[in-house]
Parts: sequence; structure tokens; C-alpha cells
Amino acid sequence: MPRFLASRPDSRLIPLPWQTPLAQWPVENLVALPRGISRHVVRFIKVGSSVYAAKEVIEHLAMHEYQMLTNLHRLDTPAVEPLAVVTDRVAEDGEPLDPILITRHLEFSLPYRSLFDHGVRPDTVTRLVDAMVVLLARLHLVGFVWGDVSLSNVLFRRDAGEFAAYLVDAETAEMHEELTDGQRENDLQVASVNLYGEFCDLEAGGMLDPSLHPMALVDSIMVRYHELWAELTGVEEFPGSEVARIENRVRRLNAMGFDVAEMDLQTTPDGSHIRIQPKVVDAGHHSRLLLRLTGLDTEENQARRLLNDMMTFRWRTGQQHVDEAVVAHQWLTECFQPVVNAVPAELRGKRDAAQIFHEVLDYRWYQAQRESREVPLMEAAEGYINDVLRSLPDERRNLTMVPPHPDERQLANPFDPSQGFADDEDGPPPVDPWEAEADDAADAGVLDIAALRAKAKGHSA
Amino acid sequence: MATVSYKDACRVYPGADHPAVNNLNLDIGDGEFMVLVGPSGCGKSTSLRMLAGLEEVNSGQIMIGERDVTDLPPKDRDIAMVFQNYALYPHMTVADNMGFALKMAGVPKADRDKRVQEAAKLLGLEEFLSRKPKALSGGQRQRVAMGRAIVRQPQVFLMDEPLSNLDAKLRVSTRTQIAALQTRLGVTTVYVTHDQVEAMTMGDRVAVMKDGILQQVDSPLTLYDAPDNLFVAGFIGSPAMNLMTGSIVDGGVKIGDYTMPVARDVLAKAEGEDQLIVGIRPENFVVAEQGISLDVDVVEELGADGYIYGSLAGLPADEKLTAQQIVARVSARKPPQRGSVVRLNAADPSSVHIFSKKTELRIS
Repeated sequence: MPRFLASRPDSRLIPLPWQTPLAQWPVENLVALPRGISRHVVRFIKVGSSVYAAKEVIEHLAMHEYQMLTNLHRLDTPAVEPLAVVTDRVAEDGEPLDPILITRHLEFSLPYRSLFDHGVRPDTVTRLVDAMVVLLARLHLVGFVWGDVSLSNVLFRRDAGEFAAYLVDAETAEMHEELTDGQRENDLQVASVNLYGEFCDLEAGGMLDPSLHPMALVDSIMVRYHELWAELTGVEEFPGSEVARIENRVRRLNAMGFDVAEMDLQTTPDGSHIRIQPKVVDAGHHSRLLLRLTGLDTEENQARRLLNDMMTFRWRTGQQHVDEAVVAHQWLTECFQPVVNAVPAELRGKRDAAQIFHEVLDYRWYQAQRESREVPLMEAAEGYINDVLRSLPDERRNLTMVPPHPDERQLANPFDPSQGFADDEDGPPPVDPWEAEADDAADAGVLDIAALRAKAKGHSA
Repeated sequence: MATVSYKDACRVYPGADHPAVNNLNLDIGDGEFMVLVGPSGCGKSTSLRMLAGLEEVNSGQIMIGERDVTDLPPKDRDIAMVFQNYALYPHMTVADNMGFALKMAGVPKADRDKRVQEAAKLLGLEEFLSRKPKALSGGQRQRVAMGRAIVRQPQVFLMDEPLSNLDAKLRVSTRTQIAALQTRLGVTTVYVTHDQVEAMTMGDRVAVMKDGILQQVDSPLTLYDAPDNLFVAGFIGSPAMNLMTGSIVDGGVKIGDYTMPVARDVLAKAEGEDQLIVGIRPENFVVAEQGISLDVDVVEELGADGYIYGSLAGLPADEKLTAQQIVARVSARKPPQRGSVVRLNAADPSSVHIFSKKTELRIS
């Protein structure tokens, strides 16, 4: 009888074929969504109308990862949401099976491989790398050392013109009170080796724009991370006459999407100099503000764009002195909702609402430039829906996958990209001198002291 | 190649009341396979990470060869964490999967190819080099991951519970393979595990830790045959050593109604103590005329050998419930019956370990 560990039980999980190894689950339980490569068996599974990710992994790792993801969720750090660990699985022949960790599929998320499958502009790659760096810094701020930093362990979501990165795999992660420089450096080191490998792999598969070089991309990660970390945590010292620099630091952090919850401020004994260091910074400055004003839960850059539009609306309607909550409500009902409501139901799976609004604003700006006139919002929305949105792929779940490009390679197993491509050379497996010996292995749990003594004798003889 | 030395190395976590690693002194020889073992929280992983540069050293020093690496960043220490990165890239050949980090480090192609070729030969993966990783088995994937560390030719390999995510069968075969590979490569290796069987079968020497303190470092057989203290005695060996408390009497230590003979010079070391702890491993017991008398509760037969489990005979019923269990290996040809009383004695006086109850140190 499988056991379910879950904070919120979901009875729809019970009838699934837990007695079958995940790799052999029937196709009707699976969904072929694009995802990264993994060393464990991972599948997307259908549970009622929802899609969950399932990973088969040994018990202590499953429990550890569930715990880590729960922690990240509690700390409001971008990561997939853990739902359950299914343990005590037994196959029909009585053999015990490894537990399965279940997480919620992140809607509108894009694994890097699916982005690259359709060709990626060089500046998009830079944005992905930036999103990765922000995620890593945010994790480090909360004392989370990742261990296995890689593109495969991240999901991207569109965030206005940028991307937001979410952590997917926390198997090797640890939580600490505070991270040492060595721990952060090691994460960066792992990140650069892994991303280098991943970029080389994309290069080998002909999916990386020839103008991009894996080494240069990896170097930029280091530089950007150190810049960001210095801004987030660095000490700044200046003469007491330049008090405005405190405000400047806070503004710079806000502009980068961070709030300063606690700032350490010291003056030299003679009061001539001030030393400041942000102690607690929280990401999501704009998204929290937007959420407070409108109830819209969006990514950070989307929120920034929407707030800017709200400010323009306030100015255009001459309401500079009206309470911002009132203006926010008007903007929501007069601008945001009409645009979102104009999207036909069948197109709503292509982008999330905030992203659509952002893209409509972009569309309007270009149209206004082209036609040298003020374009009304609803006209732009209409144009965007017909000219752009209709032709975009569905990204809510990528369920209606774009038919593969003629020269795109077919996966050997549509449910598992880790197994490579259908047209990779096959043929009989080569000779492996090691696997032949593996079978006469002794019992793992018992110390064979006689064998040890024999070995020691052999050495001294 | 290099030696590794911890010199009075300490790691104290902010807010903790005792150090995670307390004045660790440990010298690891050039080419040695050193295993750090102990229960969860004993400081073994922290010690490894101090060497890797992932944990600060609050006081003391860590040396690799002649270099003081105490304050060096991880990347400048010339070490490799094996199995840190398992992901195999589907578009790249096995050779490229093994060698890409060298390319990143700017190693010339000819040198790269040579190192990959050599590592593949050691790992039995030569035939796979030009293939894509698609068809590799779990064990082969692991070996490619090992290959990634080998081609870097570091001075020291570090492995932190590398087998903990494998199933039991793969764990045993990989254990043997790692040990054999390390012997052939001769690269100094520090290996962390919580599993004493793994430690004993793999290590040239094993360092046993508890509560941040190094308890004993010795060859596996010495740890087994001459544990320095009660903790090591109980931790090493499966089933564990029987540790029985008895009162000091003339000529020995009295356990139940039997006086286990103990040499006078040993007893003399326990001046001022009333009680001592006698340790005997299950396989060092023999059923005899004279000896500790045992109520047999369970008889377990396993092929040629069997184990009997029980407690000291003659205990009142209420004490019996909480009494220490004693385990002895017996011949399975005529094992004692469940419910019977047998007398057990040490097969040979050298297999009786005597520990001070006060200091928990070995005195025999």
C-alpha cells in the first residue's frame, strides 16, 4: 500500500499506477511536455485536469527535496511547489520501488531546451543568464546553497521583456543560517561548469547562435553575479555630508526589484563618515506593490511595466493628487481587465494575463511609432490579438505543441529527453568489462571481516 | 599527488554551543584512501567541506602538500569533488561529456584527448567514447561522472556520500569499483560516509568521528580489533560488539554470576572505579561449560552460522524488559534452543576488550 506524505492531500493521486516503475507508466497517465535532462526518471503525469511532475528517487533524497522545496515556498523564493511524496511502493512481483516526489507543474513555464528548440536570439540567451543569476543571488540571500546549479534545473517564465527563473531541483541543496563565501563561490563554480556543458551541448546540437560562445556566456554569469551581490550586500562608506547616498542605495535596489527591510547604519566616532550595509533585502519590490494595489500576482518585471502604465494613466487622467489605491482600481477596471477580457478563451493558454497586457503595450508603442499617432488601448489589443497572439504557441502547458520543424530532431522517448534522440546511432552495446563483474556483489549491509583480514594478509604478503 | 593535513582545525557555527569540528588533527598520506565515518552530525561532512573550501576554518590550518589552503577559495585548491555533476549531455559524445571541463579550463585539444583516453581506459569505457550517452546504464553514467574528475588530474579527490543515491546492488558494485580505481590512480582521496561497512571495506585508514571530535584513526582491522574507546567499539562492526557492565572483583569483572578473568595489570589501571565495561564481539563468543549465562530469546539461522540473541540469565522479570541484549554467533549445526540457558565465554583472552566506565577509554 503506497503512503502519501502531503501537506494538502489530493485524493486524485490514489488511483494512479504506483505499483509500476515510473519509466513504464502507461501513456494515458503521461503528458509529453518539454523539460530538461535529468539523472532520475522524471515524467509529467495527468492528475484529473492538472499536470504534475513526478520524480522517482530514493527515499531520503525524496524527503530531503520535499523539505527543501517546502522551505523555499515558505520563504517566497521562486521554486516549484512540492505536493507529495509517495512512499512504500511495491511492484506487482513484490519488489520494493523507490518513492516518487510530486511537484506542481509551473504554468507558462519554459525549460531552456524548449526555448532553444525554436531558435533563440542572442539577446534572449543573455536574459536567460541574467534570470539565472538573480535566482542564484536570491537563493543565497535566504541561506540556500543549491549544489547543482544548471539550466536543466531551472524553469523560465516570461516576465515582460525579461525572464524569471524558478528552481526545479533541490536534491543537492542545503539550508544554512548564512552562507560562507566558499559556499557561494562553489555554487558559482558548479554553475559555470554546468552551464558551460549545457551551452556546449546546445552548440553540438546546432541550437546555439554561432555568435555566442559558451565561455563568454559563462564568464558573464560570474561578472553579473558579483555585481548583483555587491549591490545587495556590499558595505558603502561616505562622508557624513552625503547622507543622500543612503536614499540612493535604496532606490538602486528598488530599481533592481529588491526592497530593503533592514539597513545597518554606523557612523564613525567623530561623526564624519557613514557606513551602510543592507542587512535584509527582499526580492519582489514591484510585484508586492502591484499585488497590494490591484490584487494581481505577477512576475517582477511585469509588475514594473504595469505600475508604469498605471502611473501614465494617473497622469493622463489628471489624478496626481488622488489616492493611489483609487487610481489603481480605476486602472484595473478601465485598462487592464478590458484588454484581458478581449482575449478569446481559446487563446488564453498562450500567455498569462500580465504578459499579454505587457505585449499589448509594446504592440501599441510600435504601432504608434509606425503610424505617428496616439493608438487607443483597445485598438492595440485588437491588433495584437489578431496579428500576434493567434500565431504564438500555447505556453500554459505547451500541450498543443508546435509540429516539429522538418530539421528538428525527434526524441527517442517523447516523455524523456535524457534518453537522447531517435536518430542517434544504435547497434549492439559495446563491451563493458565492469558491468560483467557487478553481479557477484556481496550483501551491502554486512561487514565481512574475514574478507578484510584476507585482503590485509594479501597486502602484507 | 599530495598529502593532506588538518592542524587543530575548528569549525564553529554561529550560535552553536559546541564546535561542529573540534581541533581536528589528521594527517592523510600521499595516495591514501581516507574514509571519514560517524553518525549524523559528527562533523565528517563539515571536515570534508573545510578541506574543499566550502566551510570556513575558524581556527587552525589545513594543508595540501606544502601549501596552506586554509583561506584559499575552492577553485584554487586543486581538488575535485567527485560526482558533483552527473548530468550527461545528449548531443555530446561520451568523450566530450568527460572532457568538456578541460576545454573550459583551456587545456589544448591533444592533451585533452589523451587524458580522456586514459581515464576511459581506467574506467572500462573506451568502447563508448565516440557514442552518445543515450544508451548508457546507471553505473556507466556514474563512471562518466568519475571520469570528469579524473581527467582534471587533481591533487585530491573528495567524495561526500557518493553512493547514497544508488540502490543497494549498484552501491556494492560501485563501492568496489571506486576502491579499485583509487588504488590504480593513487590519488589521495577523502571519502565521507555514515555507513561503517562502506568505510571498513573501502578505506586504507578510517577516521571515526563523534560530536565534532576525532575518536580514532586507524586501519580497518585495527579499529575492529583494538578500538580505542567505547564509541568506536560499538560503532564499528555489525552486529555490534557486546558491551557489558560488570563489577570489579578479585581476578576479574563479574557479569551476572560469572567472573570474567581480567589481568591484574589491567585492573590496576582502573584504580578508584567499581565497575568496568567488558566488550566481546558476537563471533568471539563460544558456548562453554563456564561463562556468562544467557537466556536465549531468539535464534537466527543464516546458512553455516547462526546468531542467538538474549539477555543475562537470572534477572528479575521487570529488569529483563530493559536489559541489554547480548548477541553471539553460534554454529548453525546444533544451535541452542529458544528459551534455553547457555553459558558463553570468550574464544580467546585477546578478544576481550576492557573499557573504563568513567573515561570510556580502553584499558586492556
